Amino acid sequence: MASAAKRLEAVSGTAAPQIAFESVTLQLGGKTIIENLSLGVRAGEFLCIVGASGCGKTTALRLAAGLYQPTSGKVNFDSQPMREPRREIAIVFQDYGKALLPWRTAAGNVSLALEAGGMPSAERPARIEELLRTVGLPGHAGKYPSEMSGGMQQRLQIARCLAQEPKTLLMDEPFGALDAMTRQGLQDEVLSLVAASGATVIFVTHDLDEAIYLGDRVIGLLPHPGRIGIELAVNLPRPRDQLSTREHPEFLRLRRQLFDFIKATEQ
Amino acid sequence: MTANSAKALVLPLGILVAFEVWARATHLQSDSLAPPSEIVMALIGAFADLSILTATRDTLFSAFAGLAIGTVIGLALGIAFGISDTLNRLMEVTVEAIRPIPSIALLPIALIALGFGYRMEIAIVAFACVWPVLILSRAAVRSIEPRLMEVARALRLPPAQRVWKIIIPAALPRIFVAFRLSAGIALIVAVTVEIAINPLGLGAGIMLAQQALRPDLMLAYLVWIGIIGYALNVLLVIAQNRLFGRAALTGGGQ
Repeated sequence: MASAAKRLEAVSGTAAPQIAFESVTLQLGGKTIIENLSLGVRAGEFLCIVGASGCGKTTALRLAAGLYQPTSGKVNFDSQPMREPRREIAIVFQDYGKALLPWRTAAGNVSLALEAGGMPSAERPARIEELLRTVGLPGHAGKYPSEMSGGMQQRLQIARCLAQEPKTLLMDEPFGALDAMTRQGLQDEVLSLVAASGATVIFVTHDLDEAIYLGDRVIGLLPHPGRIGIELAVNLPRPRDQLSTREHPEFLRLRRQLFDFIKATEQ
Repeated sequence: MTANSAKALVLPLGILVAFEVWARATHLQSDSLAPPSEIVMALIGAFADLSILTATRDTLFSAFAGLAIGTVIGLALGIAFGISDTLNRLMEVTVEAIRPIPSIALLPIALIALGFGYRMEIAIVAFACVWPVLILSRAAVRSIEPRLMEVARALRLPPAQRVWKIIIPAALPRIFVAFRLSAGIALIVAVTVEIAINPLGLGAGIMLAQQALRPDLMLAYLVWIGIIGYALNVLLVIAQNRLFGRAALTGGGQ
């Protein structure tokens, strides 16, 4: 945890951002989804994006993943223009039920990412076991996604993303469909996974508390077309704690500020 | 056997018995009809002298060889057209122009090009089998969950792996339905080619019995072809349920 924070500090001042949106505009089917979005994400940073539904949060994430190309402007990764998805960027989709291969077991789903990376088949089983253990699914290697709960399926998708050994993890409302207890557990697990790997994270959510709890920085988007409406630095101590962090005066202040912003956009 | 399926058998058995009684009562003399008992005897005779087994082997060999070739071609084209919209639009007119040609209408050309025998029959069966597989596998590929294709892109799976590891498994339940349809078509077309011209297999057996004025044997062949067609479908339905369960019905592969 401390090392990640140190790294963040070391990098933030000097180097170019790992992911940079430069005046990005995206039009789909004649509609402007995102307009003139400029945004830099430093290596090791945990950035949360919130906003009313239809504000382009998910679209922004897809631009960062290279799944969409901007109509104008540029998205850079390590100062290189993003023309297509990259191995070092992994994306966790909200609808884990659709993103997992139903005909492959948990191990098979993780294996897909290793196969795509060209890992020899002899080395895969050990790595798969290690990844499943990392996300808290040891002993479930032989289960099919349909035999797993929502929380387990999302863990599995995260394991598959970790198999890419990503520099950047993009998460699209990953816990939106889960119950509150599972969600809190996974929030803490993602925080510790990210702290251990030092990965950069862009985390899209509609849950304002979740955004503040997880993020180093929270960005609120305005809808129609999507653009930045508010930007908040979250100076809460790490490691974060479900009880004390959420009672912290700074947490409450940010929460109020963010709620007011969202309320204003909805009017 | 459940009470319901027993009930379902009552009517056809009743008709057979009535037909038998009527044929015996009127001392039926016909070139096209024979009482059920004589048909059964003819079928037993045909098994005893192995003629119907040889014919079955010939017909099934042609049908399955044609089915295999047609399925491979149809699958390759269906997947390619399903993936590439451009390719699909380029080929659409060609496909729609060739597809409605009744496969049996190709018989004269196939006969000149390939002569009598297995090759000609296999070619015609293959032609007939291509279309259902092509059309259905194209639709299956197009209806694959878009999220899976995004996962494939995000993982940077190479195109060949994308087809082999994502597209084919995701579309497989529906592709199997197409295969089952084509299997029925293969048997129909094989027998038709044999009846029309090819001196092989069960179709030729029917024609021979007809020309020998043996309605009992002719009908015995007919019954046997029905049994084979029924058995083939039952086997494939069992295989489908074993392999894919309900996924084949929804087509979602889940």
